[in-house]
Amino acid sequence: MELILSILLLFMIAGALYALFAKDLLSALIACGIVGYGLVICFLLLKAPDLAIVQIVVESITLIIMVAVVLDSTREDLKETIVLKEKGVSYINAKYVFNVLTVIVLALFFLFFFNQAIDKLEPLGQHVTRMSSAYIEHAAEKTGSANLVTGVIFDFRGYDTLGEITILFTAVVGVLTILRLKGRK
Amino acid sequence: MIVYILCFILFQVGLFGILTSRNIIKIVIGLSFMEFSVYLFLVLIGYIENASAPILTGNPAQTNFVDPLPQAMVLTAIVIGLATKGMLLTMAIRIYKKFGTFDIRKVTSLKG
Repeated sequence: MELILSILLLFMIAGALYALFAKDLLSALIACGIVGYGLVICFLLLKAPDLAIVQIVVESITLIIMVAVVLDSTREDLKETIVLKEKGVSYINAKYVFNVLTVIVLALFFLFFFNQAIDKLEPLGQHVTRMSSAYIEHAAEKTGSANLVTGVIFDFRGYDTLGEITILFTAVVGVLTILRLKGRK
Repeated sequence: MIVYILCFILFQVGLFGILTSRNIIKIVIGLSFMEFSVYLFLVLIGYIENASAPILTGNPAQTNFVDPLPQAMVLTAIVIGLATKGMLLTMAIRIYKKFGTFDIRKVTSLKG
């Protein structure tokens, strides 16, 4: 199981790197789709069918919106190189170097916390259910739902779903507001 | 353990994309990579070897289920991710209509 997941994740990382370095924005979006649908297969392998269904729908919607945005504007990517050439004089792109240095510093920062977290984690597949044991035992008689994930979302943690719907509604209102606004030249 | 590390590498790829791209669309793509890696990491933590999907089938011998709690939380997070991504792309459309470019360095009308 770990081997299959590792191969899939390597494939996804390759797609992600291609998406970031692609010259054409449309091919970058297709490569983004590799990562999203690879995630769907990972969810199916990890015994999470609900997540796989939701991820398929969400990824398709996001890709369609992104492709619509790109086709409506421009497909050219903006090139960013370390050495800039202007009027025959070549000099070092200071902003890009600064950005790469920031990435390295943040990567080391996250690596420190990742190291701390990974010591406390069990190896893959040996998780011990603590809180969810109660959910698994009582979901059938308390919620009447055969699907435990549905039981948790809509019954045990219904307020989370209420908050989620609020955020979704706020986002829709924001999108409508931004799109209806008349831009001033 | 190697799966966790690969998840972390995917997160770093997204971070690199966000911080070094000039194109707004590339920044949104990098953000979605970071989101994907976090979803996968949370679901990996809840995975149990040889357990079945968290759906009751009426078979009393079946008591070993994958942890449903991370799955429920990730389900919420995926939908919120869709909302934020839609919002970002709307802003990208508006910026393109106003400035004629996706380059974030050209968007400087608020600069003092």
